[in-house]
Order: sequence, then structure tokens, then C-alpha cells
Amino acid sequence: MATKRSGTKATNPSADSKTLVQFYRDMLLIRRFEERAGQLYGMGLIGGFCHLYIGQEAVVVGLQACAKQGDSVITSYRDHGHMLACGMDPKGVMAELTGREGGYSKGKGGSMHMFSREKGFYGGHGIVGAQVPIGTGLAFAHKYKNDGGLSFAYFGDGAANQGQIYESFNMASLWKLPVIYVIENNKYGMGTSVQRASASPDLHKRGEPFAMRTMSVDGMSVQAVYEAGQDATEYVRSGKGPVLMEVNTYRYRGHSMSDPAKYRSKEELQKMREQFDPIDRLRAQLVEIKAMDEEGFKAIDKEIKDIVTEAAEFSQTSPEPHPSELWTDILIDAA
Amino acid sequence: MTIEILMPALSPTMTEGKLAKWLVKEGDKVSSGKVLAEIETDKAPMELEAVDEGTIGKILISEGTEGVPVNKPIAVLLEGGESAADIKVSSAPAAKVDAPVAAKAPVVAAAPAQASSAPEPEYSTFKTQTVREALRDAMAEEMRRDTDVYLMGEEVAEYQGAYKISQGLLDEFGAKRVIDTPITEHGFAGLAVGAAFGGLKPIVEFMTFNFAMQAIDHIINSAAKTLYMSGGQMGCPIVFRGPNGAAARVAAQHSQCYASWYAHIPGLKVLSPWSAADAKGLLKAAIRDPNPIIFLENEILYGQSFQVPDASDFVLPIGKAKVERVGSHVTIVAFSIMVGKAMQAAEELAKEGIEAEVINLRSIRPMDVETIVRSVQKTNRCITVEEGWAMCGIGGEISSQIMENAVDYLDAPVLRVAGKDVPMPYAANLEALALPQVADIIAAAKAAAYRA
Repeated sequence: MATKRSGTKATNPSADSKTLVQFYRDMLLIRRFEERAGQLYGMGLIGGFCHLYIGQEAVVVGLQACAKQGDSVITSYRDHGHMLACGMDPKGVMAELTGREGGYSKGKGGSMHMFSREKGFYGGHGIVGAQVPIGTGLAFAHKYKNDGGLSFAYFGDGAANQGQIYESFNMASLWKLPVIYVIENNKYGMGTSVQRASASPDLHKRGEPFAMRTMSVDGMSVQAVYEAGQDATEYVRSGKGPVLMEVNTYRYRGHSMSDPAKYRSKEELQKMREQFDPIDRLRAQLVEIKAMDEEGFKAIDKEIKDIVTEAAEFSQTSPEPHPSELWTDILIDAA
Repeated sequence: MTIEILMPALSPTMTEGKLAKWLVKEGDKVSSGKVLAEIETDKAPMELEAVDEGTIGKILISEGTEGVPVNKPIAVLLEGGESAADIKVSSAPAAKVDAPVAAKAPVVAAAPAQASSAPEPEYSTFKTQTVREALRDAMAEEMRRDTDVYLMGEEVAEYQGAYKISQGLLDEFGAKRVIDTPITEHGFAGLAVGAAFGGLKPIVEFMTFNFAMQAIDHIINSAAKTLYMSGGQMGCPIVFRGPNGAAARVAAQHSQCYASWYAHIPGLKVLSPWSAADAKGLLKAAIRDPNPIIFLENEILYGQSFQVPDASDFVLPIGKAKVERVGSHVTIVAFSIMVGKAMQAAEELAKEGIEAEVINLRSIRPMDVETIVRSVQKTNRCITVEEGWAMCGIGGEISSQIMENAVDYLDAPVLRVAGKDVPMPYAANLEALALPQVADIIAAAKAAAYRA
């Protein structure tokens, strides 16, 4: 879904109105998909852990709009939005959530473990921070093969305190690897606020000791993210080494479906939703610049609703994996 | 069409809950994300949000009701143009949980793999090589053969290897393919897994496997499990290699056998060579294998010389043990440095008329159970030898495999010779006591043969 754009010049990286409409659509798809996933969880159709991305849509939509064919993307367990932004099929994602044969991992991975080599999406990792060295390795492979690709390694403010993050920063900067580290700072690592977990809460500054270029970005504005992404991708593709981008965002739902989120006030959440919602803000802007009329919004709403309904239906009609699947995909047969 | 709002499951274990409070009333318009009600689950109070847009047509369960089953309709939402007269309430479908259909396990649960493939060919010409040289040659040959293969680790390039295994490789292949890493095992193991996902075939040298404990999350969670979790999409062709087990006088943190740790994990193959021929043939096979491989070497063996087949492309099969010495009275199963000790013990036993058959496992996982069983069917007695601890060790697994596959052939209990159940001591005399010695193997073999 996220269209790959290449023509925008770095000197004027602002998105045109057509691009903004696309951003609106892409963010809305993630929001509606996640709401439906929450509903299916409530119906007992999705089990285990399910971490929703609602509120953070601008981050991945703005950044993946800067990606090119052949780039790699990797993230944590809050991964549904990233998969949709990489162009993965909502049906396959939802069917993986319900543990069905039609899911991206044939029902064997679930919410936290989905992959698409075709779309350059390398997971979906359930161990906090582990995707960061792996994403650094994807960048290492791009450089080794000299294929012009780069790696987007997403992680949260909670993961930012894992030691392996800094091991990765060191090697990436030392070897000038083409990687963009994206800290999606949604203010809480599970139930612990950044202030209670991080001695220096300006997380982007943590790139400085590793001689990395660092950026701090408003993650509730898809345009701001997109502009920063244009800048960062150009820098990384030119061979100058990694970038650390802290994107300040907010998650509306709990850490996972079973988190009542008692560690923050209702007022805080309400304020973010009412004043900073990335979708509402972009919608208001599109109205203001007359990029879209009411009919246009309705048409997008309907398109998204149909996609999500189709995904939800597929996720319930696709059969459970055959029992023989228990024993497949453990090892690859050696040639 | 009206939309039923169902009692949601809001935790993995919730089956029913209390409808604590309605935050909307009949006639209210709602849109996606609007909080409709507060629900108390088995764990905590939670908010129920609207997914669909519409008007609350009817509230079916009043607030304060306890024990509302998951998936019971609690309200009805009207979409545009509908009225309360359109409401038809269905009976609540119970959350459907299918009874699992039992899947038939493969006969030997610990993947038997290619154990019974073609027998090892006979070689006519040999050259004398140390294990160190054999390992280097294996890497060099595979790096010449495939440019996606590269080596990374601490001191592998300019220093030429902490144990000189990578001697000369930097000169031949350059700094792009022979890479000195910072001392950062967790980081570079994860980086190498990412490189393997990205299409390369990394060889990761751990200065010793003791340090790989820093990286074990990436070896197990990232390298071994991702193929399965991705439904077969994400292969991870990677070799983690380095010295394992005790060296000499380096005490507890640097002297430990990890064979049973890694052999426990589906998704890994675990190899442990003894001779230089094992080292060369198995390492070449490991580098070509499309799966993550744990390659457990032994520092004391690095300098020992063996005969290595002088063939242009000598590769050994993974999953196949080697009978190093034929005998009929007792089977001794060993791997790595303990194969040498077992061979010495066999020579001593022969002087007393006991002919031991010595099996060099070579591959811990998959394990060549067939070769062990065939030997036990002949000798009717078996002992196992390993440097690691007996508790949950490789000998215990071999013993179980014999119980399951050849118990009728046993004339004596299987005995385990293993490292003593203590952290490795530093003092020379204590270290010798902690490790299995030739005399321990002889004593166990005699006990199994009732010749003590």
C-alpha cells in the first residue's frame, strides 16, 4: 500500500497533496485494521499477546514512504502497522493473527512473528531489542552485496535501554552501515514511563557517543516524519553511515490487549487523542488545503472498511493449519 | 444490518467478566475508538471501544451484571437508516475451541535426519594435518567456492585468530570477508543472523563457546526458531564455531561443554569433531548447510595431527557417526576430545581381553541413533563418555535412545562417564579429578562388561 516515491528532491522534501492523501489512506488502513484486530481478540479469535499500533501510524507511514524497492525493514512485536506499510496483504496478516493456514507464517508465528521476504519485511521479533542487531546485519548484507539498499530498524523507548542496541550502534557506525535506527518513543515501555526508565530521556542523544547523526522528530505529524525520512535516507544511501532517529509518538491502547493502562491518566490520553491525533490532524489539513472533499473521505473510508472486512472474514474462513504442519519448517533439507 | 456488540475477551485467559459501567446510552451516536463501557476481566478493569460507527440501538446487559460470558451480545448498534425495530438478537455463540487433532510424531523425535544416507567413501591418499590446519583449510576452500561466505569474530583478521585458526585468511580474502569485531558477542551474533537473513552465509567465530552465552538469545531465539515462526520463509544459513569444553587450567568460567545446551534446541544442528578429518569434512558440510549450525571444537585438539583424506573436495555427511574401532564386548560412545581418550581406553581394555567398539558421534544433533543401536545389538553393553556434566547430558540422551530402541539387547545398564558435578577447579590436581580420564572409561567399561 505505501507507494514508494523517488522523485522528491531533498531540497524540497515536503509532500504534495496527492502524497498527503495517500498518507491519510495508509494511516487509516492501519487504524481500522488494528481496531478490528482488537475486536477479533475480544471475540476470542486472536489469542496470546496482541500489541496494537493505534496512535503511532504516522511513524511507519511517513518513513516507509521514503523506502525503495529492495530496502529491509525490521521491528519489534508491535508490528502489524509495519507490515501493512510494507505492502503486505491485510488478509495474510489478519489470518496469522487468528492462527490460520492463510497467515503469513501459516499460523505458526502469530502476531509477533510474521515475515515477507518479497516485501523486505524481516519481522516481527518478540525479544525486546533483538531486532536491532539483526537489522544491523541486514544493513551489513546490503553493504556487502553493494545493492544500494538500506535497513530500517524500528524499536521502542523500552528497548532503548537494552545493551545490544549500543553494541549495534557501535558496529554500524564503525563500519558505516546503511541503517536507519528508529526509536518509536511512545512514552511507555509496557507500564514504565521513559522518565522512570531512562537516566537521560532524550533518547536520540544516545547516538552521539557513537558518532552517529541523530534526529528528533514529531511522530504525530506524518509530514514531519516524511521530511525527516527523506533527509535520513539520502544521508544513509550516500554511504555516510547510520542515522538514529527518535520519533516522538503515543500509543492509545495498552501495551498489549490485556493491559488496562493504569499507569497514565485518562486526561493525558484524551489530550493526545483530541489534539495530536495524526489522522485527524492530516484530515483537517486536507480539508483546509482543499485537497479532498467529503465525498473523497467517504470513498476512502469505504475502501478501507471493505479491505478490513475482507481481511477479517478471510481470517475466520481460512482453516487452521493441518496437523502435519507441526513437523515442517524446523530445518531446511540440505541440497 | 444491525451490529451486535459482544462481550469481549480482554486477556488470554478471560472467559467471563463483569459489565461494570456503560459510558453510552441508547440513542447515542458512536464512532470508531469511542469508549463504550468498562469491563472487569479476570485481571483488571478495561475499556471497551467501538469499532464500527453507528447509533446505540439497545443495551442488552445492564451495568453491574457479573459473569457475562465472552462473546455474549451486550448491545446492538444501528447503522445509518435503521431503527430499533430492526434488532434481532442471536443466541451467543460460545467461543469455539477445537480439540487439537493429534499429530503423528516422527518415530525418533530428535530428528533422525540424513543418518542413513550414502556411506562415507573410502579414500586412498591422505596427508598429515593438525586440527587447526584442517579447520583453516575448510574455511578457505568454502570461501573460495562461495563469495557469500565470510568470517567474523574477535581477533580473526589482523591477529590471525586467537588460536590461529584463521591464519592467512585475511591475506587471501581481504578485510571485507575476514572481519575483526569489537568484543561484543551479543551484538555481532545478532548482526550475523541478520546478515544470514539478508542472503549471506556467515561463519561466526567465538573465541570460546563460553563467551557465546552472551549471544545465546540470538543463537536460539533468532537463528534457530525463525524458520519455523515464518512458516518456512526465513532460512538462516550460519555457522557458529569455536572451542568448547575445558582447555587447561582456565577454571570454571572458561571450561564448560555446551553440547547438551544446544542439542536441546529444534532448529539447530550441533556438530563436534574429534580428528582433523572430522574437522575438515564437517566444517565444509556445515558451511554449505542451509541451517544454523553449532560447531563445537576443542582447544587441546587444535595442535594434534591426524590423517586427512587428500581429496579435492572432502565433505562429511552431517548426522552420521563413525565407528573408529571395531569391537564386540562393549560399545563406547564419545565425541570431541573424549574420542581420543576412549581409543586409549580401548587399547588398554584389549590387553585384558575386552574388545571395545568406539563410536565417534561427530554429530550431536541430529544424532546417529542407528549406528549406536546397531553396535549395542552386537555388544549388548554400552557406556557413554563426555566432558560435560552428566545431569541432562548427552550420555543421558544416548541412554534413553538405547532404552527406546534396543532395550532387549542390553545385558547391563548403560553407564555414563562424565565431568564431575562441580564447576571446573583451577588447581591442576582438582581439574584432573573433575574431567573424565582414561582410567574412568576403563573402569566403566569393565563394570558394564561385569569384569570389574
